[in-house]
Amino acid sequence: MRDITLGQYFPGNSALHKMDPRAKLILTVIFIVVIFVARSVSALLLLSAVTIGMMCSTGISPRVYLRGIKPIMFVIVFTTILNLFMTRGDELLFEWGIIHIYRDGVNNAILMVVRITLLVLGSCVFLSYTTSPISLTDGLESLLRPLSKIHVPVHEFSMIMTIALRFIPTLIEETDKIMSAQKARGADFSSGGLIKRAKALLPVLIPLFVSAFKRADELAVAMECRCYRGGEGRTRMKVLRYHARDGVMLGIMALTVAAVVIANIYVPIYRLR
Amino acid sequence: MIENNENSVDIKTPFIEVRDLAFAYEDADGRRHEALRGVSLSIPKGQFVAVLGHNGSGKSTFAKLLNMILLPDKGEIYVDGELVSSPVEPDEDTIFAVRRRIGMVHQNPDNQIVASVVEEDVAFGPENLGVAPDEIRRRVDASLDAVGMREYALATTSHLSGGQKQRVAVAGVIAMLPECIIFDESTSMLDPSGRRDVMKTIQYLNRERGITIIHITHDMSEAALADRVVVLSDGELYLDGTPDEIFSRPDKLRAVALDVPQSVSLLHELAKSVEGFRVPDCIKDAEECAEYISMEFDRLGISAR
Ligand SMILES: Nc1ncnc2c1ncn2[C@@H]1O[C@H](COP(=O)(O)OP(=O)(O)OP(=O)(O)O)[C@@H](O)[C@H]1O
Ligand SMILES: [Mg+2]
Repeated sequence: MRDITLGQYFPGNSALHKMDPRAKLILTVIFIVVIFVARSVSALLLLSAVTIGMMCSTGISPRVYLRGIKPIMFVIVFTTILNLFMTRGDELLFEWGIIHIYRDGVNNAILMVVRITLLVLGSCVFLSYTTSPISLTDGLESLLRPLSKIHVPVHEFSMIMTIALRFIPTLIEETDKIMSAQKARGADFSSGGLIKRAKALLPVLIPLFVSAFKRADELAVAMECRCYRGGEGRTRMKVLRYHARDGVMLGIMALTVAAVVIANIYVPIYRLR
Repeated sequence: MIENNENSVDIKTPFIEVRDLAFAYEDADGRRHEALRGVSLSIPKGQFVAVLGHNGSGKSTFAKLLNMILLPDKGEIYVDGELVSSPVEPDEDTIFAVRRRIGMVHQNPDNQIVASVVEEDVAFGPENLGVAPDEIRRRVDASLDAVGMREYALATTSHLSGGQKQRVAVAGVIAMLPECIIFDESTSMLDPSGRRDVMKTIQYLNRERGITIIHITHDMSEAALADRVVVLSDGELYLDGTPDEIFSRPDKLRAVALDVPQSVSLLHELAKSVEGFRVPDCIKDAEECAEYISMEFDRLGISAR
């Protein structure tokens, strides 16, 4: 249970792992845009190939990626149904009562599912699986720093993220302890309806909150003792630097963008409508 | 093993000097609760001071006043001869300069570590000070070496043991190059081996690095390792002297609900009941105490069995 902190991150040594988090964030944004640009079968096939290639390069097991798709199964099913039944076209494939399924509906459903899957896989492979939460936070802070000029509290957000990441395992451990303590006193967390269970959690949440506030208090003092005075004048030990591999990866992405646009225009096997 | 550090302590220049320090907390109803009343104390550079006192005697308040988390109601604080607090209201730069020079390690190891990775946490202090990245790297490595945690540089902080977390916290303070470190019951939540490691680190910093140590503790055997013991009671300075002087008066300590170290009390008891048994001049830790007792028994011709 303790390892929840690492969340989605799978440590590794691939080029994607080693990339600068800022470059990866940029890469992800471009990738998401490209998914919405790709409207033809050829373009989506191409994108899928690139994504699968990237997935293989990370050395993370395919099963892990499948697990990543699971939470959006509902969205995928919903999209499929919507597209299947709502799209009108010329070629009627199936008719039963008010249900009409057209060839375009089938095609649309398939393409949308591919798009959504790519979206999820892409953000997994470029960000959550290959970037540790800490370097993600650093990357975001660094990319968003210009916004602090217009008084967006960028440093504060990144500090909050850092501390949250640091304290999640501590609080989980504490929840475990309190739950065991309450169980030892006869509390029952696993039977009864939703309301009964929620009620049973109350004696866990209250001590948890009390202790979390105490921790926050002590941490604030400890940070002050270590001369914390906000983001101004603060330096970082690890300075983010772009490397050649970041350029190479962005180059590959640029080629992909170009290829997708060309495929869209010149190989319009089927285009989403 | 326990040598008196007196020669390395520069008595003439007190690093910290407080005069007539007073502080009162104000609760929600506006009632004042005096936590510290007229404490005067002078701590020379390089001294290892243990601070004792029962719960609520004002030890933490004293510590917080020294590194300016709290500002005194009355009295003056001098750091290295410079008046930093009261009667003048200190400016922010003075406060942060003092906090850099007087570091603090707190009681709960979980609530003072900021980052998820050991080396990032150690870097937190120097980063706040605006130190250049290469220099931070150097300091982080050196600090982790000093506390014997270099091999854990990339470890996840929440996976460390209590003693290891405290040593990381110490490294985080050392990286700011302080001249004095205050430990506010930093060993009280640790298991015996964690305590031993932290105490060793404290002694190393004091002896090899010449860092002034103020160690607040309830553990008498830890206090026995100090150059000087200060006892607070109800916000006032109650006793002040070398461990030998303080612990040779168990009655006075018991009057403020404190006890002498077990080894010391054992030696005194033995002196009472065994004819010719001499209490040694300086306080021993448990191991040396055992050795000393067997030596005395040999000398007196008593079989230990
Ligand atoms: N934030 C606060 N608000 C009000 N009163 C406080 C506050 N902190 C401490 N006190 C009171 O001030 C007195 C001194 O507290 P302090 O924390 O300095 O004691 P201590 O010697 O560190 O005790 P302990 O051994 O329990 O840590 C106590 O009576 C305490 O109740
Ligand atoms: Mg205290």
